[in-house]
Amino acid sequence: MTAAAATTDAVAGTTSIFTVDGVHCAGCIAKLEKGLPQLGGVVSARVNFSSKRVRVEHAANLADEDIQAAIVRLGFEAQPLVGEGDAAVHDESRRLLTALAVAGFAAMNVMLLSVSIWSGATGPTRTLFHWLSAAIALPAIAYAGQPFFISAWRALRHGRTNMDVPISIGVTLTAAMSLYETAIGGTHAYFDGAVMLLFFLLAGRFLDSAMRVRAADGVAALMRRVPTDVLVRLPDGSTQRRLAAELAPGMRLMVAAGERIGADGVIEIGRSSVDRSLVTGESVAIAVEAGDTVLAGTVNLTGPLTIRVTAAGEATMVADIARLMENATQGKSRYVRIADRASRLYAPAVHTLALLSLTGWLIAGAGLHHAITIAVAVLIITCPCALGLAVPISQVVAAGALMRRGVLIKDGSALERLAEADMVLLDKTGTVTLGRVGPLSGLPEDPFERGVLLSLAQASRHPLSRAIADLLERRGVLPVTLSDRVERPGLGVSARLGERVVRLGRPDWVDATLGERDGTVAAFRIGAGEALIMTFGDALRPDAAPAIARLREQGLTPRLLSGDSALVVEAIGEVLGIEGGARMAPADKYRVVDELAGGGGKVLMVGDGLNDGPAMKRAWVAMAPASGTDVSQLAADLVFFGDRLMPVPLAVAVARRTMRVVRQNFVLAIAYNVLAVPLAIAGLVTPLVAALAMSGSSLLVVANALRLRGAAK
Amino acid sequence: MTGLAVLIPIALALGLAGLAAFFWAARSGQFEDLDGAALRILIDDD
Repeated sequence: MTAAAATTDAVAGTTSIFTVDGVHCAGCIAKLEKGLPQLGGVVSARVNFSSKRVRVEHAANLADEDIQAAIVRLGFEAQPLVGEGDAAVHDESRRLLTALAVAGFAAMNVMLLSVSIWSGATGPTRTLFHWLSAAIALPAIAYAGQPFFISAWRALRHGRTNMDVPISIGVTLTAAMSLYETAIGGTHAYFDGAVMLLFFLLAGRFLDSAMRVRAADGVAALMRRVPTDVLVRLPDGSTQRRLAAELAPGMRLMVAAGERIGADGVIEIGRSSVDRSLVTGESVAIAVEAGDTVLAGTVNLTGPLTIRVTAAGEATMVADIARLMENATQGKSRYVRIADRASRLYAPAVHTLALLSLTGWLIAGAGLHHAITIAVAVLIITCPCALGLAVPISQVVAAGALMRRGVLIKDGSALERLAEADMVLLDKTGTVTLGRVGPLSGLPEDPFERGVLLSLAQASRHPLSRAIADLLERRGVLPVTLSDRVERPGLGVSARLGERVVRLGRPDWVDATLGERDGTVAAFRIGAGEALIMTFGDALRPDAAPAIARLREQGLTPRLLSGDSALVVEAIGEVLGIEGGARMAPADKYRVVDELAGGGGKVLMVGDGLNDGPAMKRAWVAMAPASGTDVSQLAADLVFFGDRLMPVPLAVAVARRTMRVVRQNFVLAIAYNVLAVPLAIAGLVTPLVAALAMSGSSLLVVANALRLRGAAK
Repeated sequence: MTGLAVLIPIALALGLAGLAAFFWAARSGQFEDLDGAALRILIDDD
């Protein structure tokens, strides 16, 4: 199964991981794994179909952007994965998995022996089987129980208690009591119960750890994007390297092509294009010239620039946003996960119950041995197998269902919080709209004409040409071969198709009548045929209106937050039927969310830009499109793929269904305890009853959670 | 009882072998991509 990793001569230096959308079948896997190594510098590519990721080993000098572009050429959407690579979480999952395997092994083998005892083994055979069980169970408990023992010990040392304390006490007491029973040749040993308990609990913990992602340090990642030293031109004309922190407004900064800009400023000399992906998430470069403003952390791509600094160091917009995000993290009260809330109530209740049974039986005149046996039975029977499985199994199943629909969940509690959201704030550019300039109308319908247009558009690097080429390539149009393709800068591209001249460019150059249309336009003409006028703009996501209508149906009040002018916001708001705030700076967005949160609102913030970061961090729960900035994805709890907005209401619906199932699971688990505990207190629970009750309730909870598999349909 | 003396060690040995196999599989990443493994059988190696 390793043959798919093709190799070239290149030497692997770095590994990059991309999340890829559109991988549906074996053919897609093969296409990526065989196609990517064709790119010079890529050593191998390996697709993980379950998590929709591709891991690319490549030479260190190959940029992530180039690999991303190669994946897009292969017909998939790709985003570099950020905030990942958390080895600690992965290690924990792996430790839990090995502990789970050991517990599973022990449970099966001990059960094998126990069944013989239940079916009537007596005398020396029973004692032999008990000893054998002990020989398997005790080392297994010592190994597989460690996650609980360590956590319980840690809690006790700090004078607190948690769910692991009753578990540890229960398991240890059960093992000790069973060993004593075995030594005196008694009838009942609970080794099977103890290991089975560990097995079910570990299963819950393992699933839970799979859902947990430790929050990545987004703020530090953000500030790393600003260079630490910059080239300053002194008033006498000489240049000097200085620390970015020493910059002051008014200084002149020299930025070479390919360098990151070290401060906010206004361009004085030079013409270039700037990659603003840090701020907007949009990777298409923006042309800039003298008089335009640039921001710290963006990349100067094509030409040298001289910049007059307007804000430096702590005053730059990036630093400002980093600071706001830090505040947001502190201001947000830590959400207590529903499972933790349940366990806070649970631990004291179980301790009290076991203690009461012990004293109760002692008072009633039972011997110490008898009373302890019953107390231990109470501990076993109340152990929270089903309770521990109730939440994580539901979340894992729901997360899998959402993943198949292109929504990634970054944290298990995200679903809990999303289910409670009662208000949704949407960023405009890149969230409600696609965030990139594309043809809105006027594309030719005829496949052949489309091929001609694509061929023309591919000949130019002009943003509009690239937007056309990008759209047509996505739709699977194949370019038609043209001769004499010439680009006339500022005018357009022309070429020959047999006898006819084909042109794409400025309407007047193509001899097209513009009519009533305004805004950004381009014209396309084949020979003397009718000219097509194409209009360009940042289009709404195709399903924005129904998605917002659905959010409203779900009882979430939608609102638009935008940095754009009031006119644009009003126009979009009218189409979608929502109102919103215009001209909002990052701090304004943050304040809106903060005020709503202060009033008890549970805000779902959907955003994609750097300027949404603080608001998203402050919000109750946040979602970001995969095309958004790194910052927005770090701040988000859920990330969705593709050009559609429907994943947002879909995720809300799934979250609510998940919480319904979680609640049902709690009821099932507690109902089981309510039925079983009186039996235990009455002293009627034998190892057989305990085993049946535990596995029965756990299976019931798992089966109920599996109903969520189709939740995202 | 003599039968048991043979059968129980065999049962345990088989169980341990399974456990060892699982450890090996988990360590070498066999469970990293379960859905993908099901599809890779369909890819023609050429």
